[in-house]
Amino acid sequence: MVRPQALVCICGGALFDKLTMRERVDCKELNPAAPSLSCSPNLPHGELVEPRNSVIAAKSSTRFCSRPLDAITLADEADIMSNSVRFFLNGQIHEANVRPDTTVLDWLRNVPRLTGTKEGCAEGDCGACSVLIGHVDGDQVKYHAANSCILAMGQIDGRALVTVEGLKTGELHPIQAAMAENGSSQCGFCTPGIVMSLAGLAASNPQADDEAIHDALAGNLCRCTGYRPIVEAARKVVAAGGAAIAGPHVAAFAEIEPQSMLSDGGAVFHQPASLNELLALRSEKPEAILLGGGTDLGVALADYHTDWNEVIALASVRELRQICETDNHLSFGAAVTWEEVLARVSAHYPSLATLIRRFGSTQIRSMGTIGGNIGTASPIGDGPPALIALGAEIELASLSGHRFLSLEDFFLDYRKTELRSNEVIASISIPKPKEGQAFRVYKISKRYDQDISTVCGAFSVFREEGQVRSARIAFGGMAATPIRAIEAEQALVGTALDRRAAESCAAAITARFKPLSDWRGSAEYRLQVAANLVERFRRDVAGETVEVMAL
Amino acid sequence: MNIDPKIVQRSIVGKGIAHDSAARHVAGEANYIDDMPELPGTLHAVFVLSPVAHGKLNGFDASEALAMPGVAGVWSAKDVPGHNEVGPIHTGETLFAEDIVDHEGRVIAVVAAGDFETAYRAAKKVKLDIEPLEAVLDIEEAHRRKNYVVPVQEVIDGDVDAALASAPHVFSGKLKMGGQDHFYLETHIAYAIPGENGEMLVHSSTQHPTEVQHHVAGILGIHANAVECQVRRMGGGFGGKESQPTIIAGAAALISAKTGKPCKVRLKRRDDMAGTGKRHDFVVNWKVGVDGRGRILGLDAEYLARAGNLPDLTGPVITRALTHTDNSYHIPNARFVGHACKTNTVSNTAFRGFGGPQGIITIEAVIDTIARELKLDPNAVRAINYYGDGTGDTTPYGQKVEDNRLVEVTDAVLASADWQQRRAEIDAHNAANPIIRRGLAMMPVKFGISFNLTSLNQAGALVHVYLDGSIFLNHGGTEMGQGLFVKVAQVVAEVFQVDLDMVRISSTATGKVPNTSATAASTGSDLNGMAAFKAATAIKARLTTVAAEHFDVEEEVIIYREGRVHADNRSVSFGELAKMAWAKRVQLSEAGHYATPKIHWDGKTMKGRPFFYFSYGAAVAEVAIDTLTGETRCLRADILQDVGSPLNPAIDLGQIEGAFVQGMGWVTCEELWWDKTGRLRTVGPSTYKIPGSRDVPPIFNVRILDNMPNREETVFRSKAIGEPPLMLGISIWLAVRDAIASIAGSVPQLDSPATPEAVLRAVNQSSPSGSR
Repeated sequence: MVRPQALVCICGGALFDKLTMRERVDCKELNPAAPSLSCSPNLPHGELVEPRNSVIAAKSSTRFCSRPLDAITLADEADIMSNSVRFFLNGQIHEANVRPDTTVLDWLRNVPRLTGTKEGCAEGDCGACSVLIGHVDGDQVKYHAANSCILAMGQIDGRALVTVEGLKTGELHPIQAAMAENGSSQCGFCTPGIVMSLAGLAASNPQADDEAIHDALAGNLCRCTGYRPIVEAARKVVAAGGAAIAGPHVAAFAEIEPQSMLSDGGAVFHQPASLNELLALRSEKPEAILLGGGTDLGVALADYHTDWNEVIALASVRELRQICETDNHLSFGAAVTWEEVLARVSAHYPSLATLIRRFGSTQIRSMGTIGGNIGTASPIGDGPPALIALGAEIELASLSGHRFLSLEDFFLDYRKTELRSNEVIASISIPKPKEGQAFRVYKISKRYDQDISTVCGAFSVFREEGQVRSARIAFGGMAATPIRAIEAEQALVGTALDRRAAESCAAAITARFKPLSDWRGSAEYRLQVAANLVERFRRDVAGETVEVMAL
Repeated sequence: MNIDPKIVQRSIVGKGIAHDSAARHVAGEANYIDDMPELPGTLHAVFVLSPVAHGKLNGFDASEALAMPGVAGVWSAKDVPGHNEVGPIHTGETLFAEDIVDHEGRVIAVVAAGDFETAYRAAKKVKLDIEPLEAVLDIEEAHRRKNYVVPVQEVIDGDVDAALASAPHVFSGKLKMGGQDHFYLETHIAYAIPGENGEMLVHSSTQHPTEVQHHVAGILGIHANAVECQVRRMGGGFGGKESQPTIIAGAAALISAKTGKPCKVRLKRRDDMAGTGKRHDFVVNWKVGVDGRGRILGLDAEYLARAGNLPDLTGPVITRALTHTDNSYHIPNARFVGHACKTNTVSNTAFRGFGGPQGIITIEAVIDTIARELKLDPNAVRAINYYGDGTGDTTPYGQKVEDNRLVEVTDAVLASADWQQRRAEIDAHNAANPIIRRGLAMMPVKFGISFNLTSLNQAGALVHVYLDGSIFLNHGGTEMGQGLFVKVAQVVAEVFQVDLDMVRISSTATGKVPNTSATAASTGSDLNGMAAFKAATAIKARLTTVAAEHFDVEEEVIIYREGRVHADNRSVSFGELAKMAWAKRVQLSEAGHYATPKIHWDGKTMKGRPFFYFSYGAAVAEVAIDTLTGETRCLRADILQDVGSPLNPAIDLGQIEGAFVQGMGWVTCEELWWDKTGRLRTVGPSTYKIPGSRDVPPIFNVRILDNMPNREETVFRSKAIGEPPLMLGISIWLAVRDAIASIAGSVPQLDSPATPEAVLRAVNQSSPSGSR
């Protein structure tokens, strides 16, 4: 496997909350994946900390430490460099000699000529190219759907790739059978991708309800059927208990361990396994592309707009894969995917979970990372407004140490951030909800699922005895960066969050922003909606149903 | 030919049989053109497209592209050996731009290389020398300048001016409706393979193989008999592959002829969306005169259609808009005028409904306005205007509306949708909820079946019976997912009473069935089904003679059943009978041809009987809208659709549902957006949003009108299904209007699509205080 499982560190919460920023690093590096101290990275501050949670530590696997980290230096590259991407292709180990920045879709269709996987859009939005990616998670192999059009071959090194051709084992997979007999295909071009998405659902969530089925289908467009027969086929398979993906066992993955460096055709793909390795590479190669899930960068790749001659992939960096939860904070390593974030935040912030479910698609959320979403610094990224309103902090790391910023201070200008050329985003820390806090985030777009926000507004207020004590409001789509609306926040403080307060808050928003007009909405629309969201928030907090999708 | 629906034995026709390719679709084993094995030496080609909306093309410099390893060449207008023509109707519609580029995405040249990526990168390196010219991007601006691509069309009946002058009430309005990208999942593609002696085989993702054949021949300067066009299946068409494939196939064939190598042209999604046509967006200005009960006395409607840079199919699209402005309503005095406005945007083209949706949304907006102005129930206004039975039954273009099922269909859907109860619930909800408003609407659709142009209403089919009793079927219709192949195979299997598996479905090929019409206008199964029926019936008649001789009985005694041929208690298998017939030197092959009867059309007077029959349907839709953001959601839809006696109700159900959702997309989330320079910025699914699975109403009741055989002699008394239900999606737009109207009771000023922004704008106009 390439991607270490998301690791959950449960430190003593009280302790964590008393820690300084610097000490929090220690907490995060209580890496339960590290099997022994000899394999632990040298912490940037030069300390080694004992793992405190032996249960989680026991889940660790030697695969993270297949080679002693301290033995690796950049000078050794030649020894560990591989020309071939190594993975399971429909259950069989396959070595592909290919530039690691070739898309999986192009490779599938042109080299082994597995043409069941289709190109519909080459921007990760239609799902016709969906495949399943398998990786070891604890004691099982987990599969998720991914868009092969925006996935680089380097990203499947050490993983299992399942295509529609591999799903059928003698007879049709249950979802294939259910779709074939239920009129679920018309032209059939989207069908293999839909089959893969639903096979991923049937394997991972045998209890899926209709909402989960729609979540699984949000990344797949069908222009013929109107979806009803597709949803029905999914229900049928789920009702029958789901269906596992036939594929290699956990142990077999030991044979295809991720390679620290792939190189072919002039393209180099680094897969550092630790933060130290990553920081050394980053310092050495500041021009190299930092690759999270590739769900944004991969679009240009699919359009042959760009080559990735040198990539540093973050998906194997174990510190960046950690999730740390204390009594008062949730901290996510930068390479934690949105699907993994979703699983952790649902109980704390249902509104954030709803937003995340609308974030791309299952395919996108399974690859896309929280750090990548922030690092790409899109003014319309949906993560930052919510995280800013929640008061998230971002941790930046380099060989010279770590620094922590409020997330809103990270964004400087259009696609410009605080990130220095020797730094990486290490983690994002979100405070857990507190007594009296009300948090909501609203995404407004032309389509509910898998769309990009026209406006995204996030609101967080703390109230005591009915009075707003503090407020944080942030927007996407309203400026060149995700941005806080300080004046609007002030308009709420000290009020009872009544209609008049909402009106003055809305007025502050109207006065504050000068958004752009584009295909997602005019400046006037953005401004009016951003202001109107205050009224929605007020009513929502008061218990009213305020969204048509909640009906 | 007489097919009496009562006596025809039906063991295969009428069954809900799965799509013939379903098991291959789900396994990834259904091959599309890009999946075919590539021959050695295959070239891949990519277009060089104009980045500007209007300009003088002085030339281009391809030296950098040509210097790239693997690049085979660059071709443009001057390289065309025959005619640089790809228009479906008119001449002067060129494959490659000559002196002028007249829309962003206009094809200028094509670059080929040994692989797609190299060709794609090389195409981006061609340097264009274009002198920008003023671009006309707005429909109304083109109309002001009188820039049209074809002459004005008018449907005129009675005296509309007099009717409006004397009407007790006159209302008017303006409606802007957007276009729509087809967003077939498979983009345009063609694979040309050169043969000996100048022959060319073209695999094209086309709804119109004959047109591809003829244009390829014209481009290459050879006879049509040297070109064969084949298509096994398309990954969706929806009209987008009716006229446009000639561009792609023409370029592939040109390169193939020039190089002697096979050549594939496949469009990247953005090139497909920028470079090929879409549904026409329209602006319509209308004025209606009514009496106190809402009965229409006269309607004057002027349509401005965005043709884009060329005529393409804009003329016939406007014809269908004008002949569907009546929808289900008798309009005694009518003046419907259609202008084909020339703009510097990509030439619009056929799209499921083909002008029908634009005409029908217009009259539904008119009806809705009448009801709200007069404070009447919109359904009552509809009903009072329905075509009558024997009186008030003639359309403005002169066709009598026979076999009218409007009252039956709409009463049934209102009942099954619990209209009265829900109307009351929704009104109560709206009285109590200022922010989330609900709306409810019903609408009927009457859609004319046949190509408006009479000559297109013909089809051919080829049926062979082999000596093992297996049957080979070929016809002029193409399979784009609509289930045409299985339907026509059912017809043939029904005739011979053999298992459907015994009928081999084959790729559409111009060498097998020539001179076909496009698979379009919902006519695929009507035309090709009947042609195949005639071919199979002719063979069966000969086989029956052989069987009667064999059993020494009268022909009337011979019965075909379950793969055997019976005479009383004796029987032979179908294959044995085929062998006997062969031994008697009886022809076991037949080419059937069908021409739709009864229809005629005068394009000058715009009068006649263009449609063989009408299809009827009705829908009730309920929506919720958010008056703070303009977001909408369809909560429930109830549909009742007339399909005559269906050939395959499962396939028809899929067509109804899919068309409805596509229509819903047109009126809600699908928005084409050009910037001020005329560049289309919605060129992929990340920016152009078609409905997703969660957008489908959570309560979605779709029913087929039972036991209603077509009164006309169609194949097994079925009715066409491809297009009519698309227009039922307009019910959602009407329901959004209803929700908006609940705010102030005034007539909503809502354009289409009802995007959140459009809805909020209409909400603002309904709320005196502006921002709510």
